[in-house]
Amino acid sequence: MAEQPVTTTARPTTATIGDERLARQSAVHRIMARPALGAFAGVVLVFVFFGTVANGTGMFAADGVLSWSTVSAQLIIVATGAALLMVGGEFDLSVGSMIGFAGMMIALPTVYFHWPIEVSVLFAFGGALAIGFLNGLITVRTKLPSFIVTLASLYILRGLTIALSILFSNRTIVAGVKEAAGDSFVSWLFAGTIGNGLFVWLANHDLIAQLPNGEPSVKGIPMVIIWALGLAAIAHVILTRTTLGNWIFGSGGDANAARNVGVPVNRVKIALFMFTAFCATVYAACQVFEFGSAASDRGLLKEFEAIIAAVIGGCLLTGGYGSIVGACFGALIFGVVQQGILFTGAPNDWFRVFLGAMLLVAVLFNNMIRRRVTAER
Amino acid sequence: MSDVTPTEMPVPAPAPGPGRPLIEVHNLVKHFGPVIALAGVSLTLNSGEVHCLLGDNGAGKSTLIKTLSGVFRPTSGDFVVDGEQVSFASPRNALDRGIATVYQDLAMIPLLSITRNFFMGREPVKRRLGPFSFIDMEHADRIAREEMRNIGINVRDPQQHVGTLSGGERQCVAIARAVHFGAKVLILDEPTSALGVAQTAVVLKFVRQLRQKGLGIIFITHNVRHAYAVGNRFTVLNRGRTLGTFRKAQITLDRLQTMMAGDKELAVLDEELGGTV
Repeated sequence: MAEQPVTTTARPTTATIGDERLARQSAVHRIMARPALGAFAGVVLVFVFFGTVANGTGMFAADGVLSWSTVSAQLIIVATGAALLMVGGEFDLSVGSMIGFAGMMIALPTVYFHWPIEVSVLFAFGGALAIGFLNGLITVRTKLPSFIVTLASLYILRGLTIALSILFSNRTIVAGVKEAAGDSFVSWLFAGTIGNGLFVWLANHDLIAQLPNGEPSVKGIPMVIIWALGLAAIAHVILTRTTLGNWIFGSGGDANAARNVGVPVNRVKIALFMFTAFCATVYAACQVFEFGSAASDRGLLKEFEAIIAAVIGGCLLTGGYGSIVGACFGALIFGVVQQGILFTGAPNDWFRVFLGAMLLVAVLFNNMIRRRVTAER
Repeated sequence: MSDVTPTEMPVPAPAPGPGRPLIEVHNLVKHFGPVIALAGVSLTLNSGEVHCLLGDNGAGKSTLIKTLSGVFRPTSGDFVVDGEQVSFASPRNALDRGIATVYQDLAMIPLLSITRNFFMGREPVKRRLGPFSFIDMEHADRIAREEMRNIGINVRDPQQHVGTLSGGERQCVAIARAVHFGAKVLILDEPTSALGVAQTAVVLKFVRQLRQKGLGIIFITHNVRHAYAVGNRFTVLNRGRTLGTFRKAQITLDRLQTMMAGDKELAVLDEELGGTV
């Protein structure tokens, strides 16, 4: 977990010339300063818990692992966008609606206008980026809280999704995408698997279970996991290593201070809104190609789950602080608990109770950390 | 250090001859609709001098410095930088001419590291990959640490949050940053107003150091004592006009204090409170 490019080589010199009143504390301090710390502790906790309680239920067999890692990966995709935007000081509540709308932008043209599937997918990404751009533009121009602006988008997009799907297809679930896509590479790109040979080998050597027909219980690593890891890795590198990342921190930390030293705050924020819309579309595409259909209620409440994952991961609601690694941990906690409750057979209602409690604990913890790390004096 | 990028300028060697005029304004007028914020202000800032701008709230100090730093365009009047007539469209223009403004609270982002703050907007770039420029963090850390040591602040780690620095130290980092990126003229907006006694001393000491290096500094304050401790010249503003510019030898602390308050009221109050104001 190297979310901050701390140069380890420079340490010895600081220890010798550093302030003697602070030097002893610094190691603890540096770890405490990591935004992802709380989420990491949470991950350890849920694994220990379900490792004990759900052991023997198949949760940690190959297909069990696949189920919770897929759920986590889906959330990582949208949480990455949400976390980056939160560090930049804004919210996007339209992520869930965007997922539904983007799915329709893929399915409707393909099924009802017979567009080639590749064109529909490009159209969906283009449309989503345009909507993200609008969200951002309205937010920075009007200086309204993005909470309000994207709350409006939440309703507008959800309404459009339902209205347009009924208008064109007279139903709210548009099926037939799989048939239209055939064996197009985009179908594989969003819903395929990789490493299939490896899993056959693992099954043949009895390392993972085999199905009755001799196939491995897990075909391969689903592309949704690859997307999640890829997007998170790229976002992490951008945030911690690049000038753009520094500008994101600056825009969220104090937009005026950043502007005073020449950071193009508005452009940064608009780009971040476009990125969350992009992430939502990746999520939508993975679902559309997995199920072969788009449904107008897809992505319901995902905006909150994404924000919760980001907050558990250490993002401050006020912006300027947070990490992608933390948000991934947050999403992992989500996936493990959601599926773990299924495996243990506990009533699913407890999942929400747990989530709410987890959110509260995370926010309290983050606030404590922030006070200790930054505002001591 | 051979890989230093063009975004990062070395510390400029200011022209040696002290007293060279850096900024001259004549009859500066600024109206906001019907409100006359500046009614013809003239002042000169020389290199190697701290020019204190004094005045009570509403005297026009903020308008004047925001005009000098490119935030506002003057309604009329001459604005000359380095002997050249200028008209700034934005603070960026002023920065390009070496005029940097350090605002009281808007300087530093407490949640970010010293290095990230120091190089915000002007990050040294190691390499580019498509649209992304990677920050040369080691180089940035080294510079930040050196600059901090020059001011006399020992940092354990330049990656520590600015929030862990004291108010005076933060103010000094903001000033050092402006100087590092080539400022010849520093406009310090109430740099000491939020600070305690010891912290104020830290900032004033640093200001005096910079004066000796030949920078021109406009020091805005309504604390006459702070001004008197570092200033060479004092301009008192009242209701959008200057009440005059004075060399340190020409004027006493008390006289400045009285002028600043518009003469009468404070003198009366001062008597009532037994000379403690």
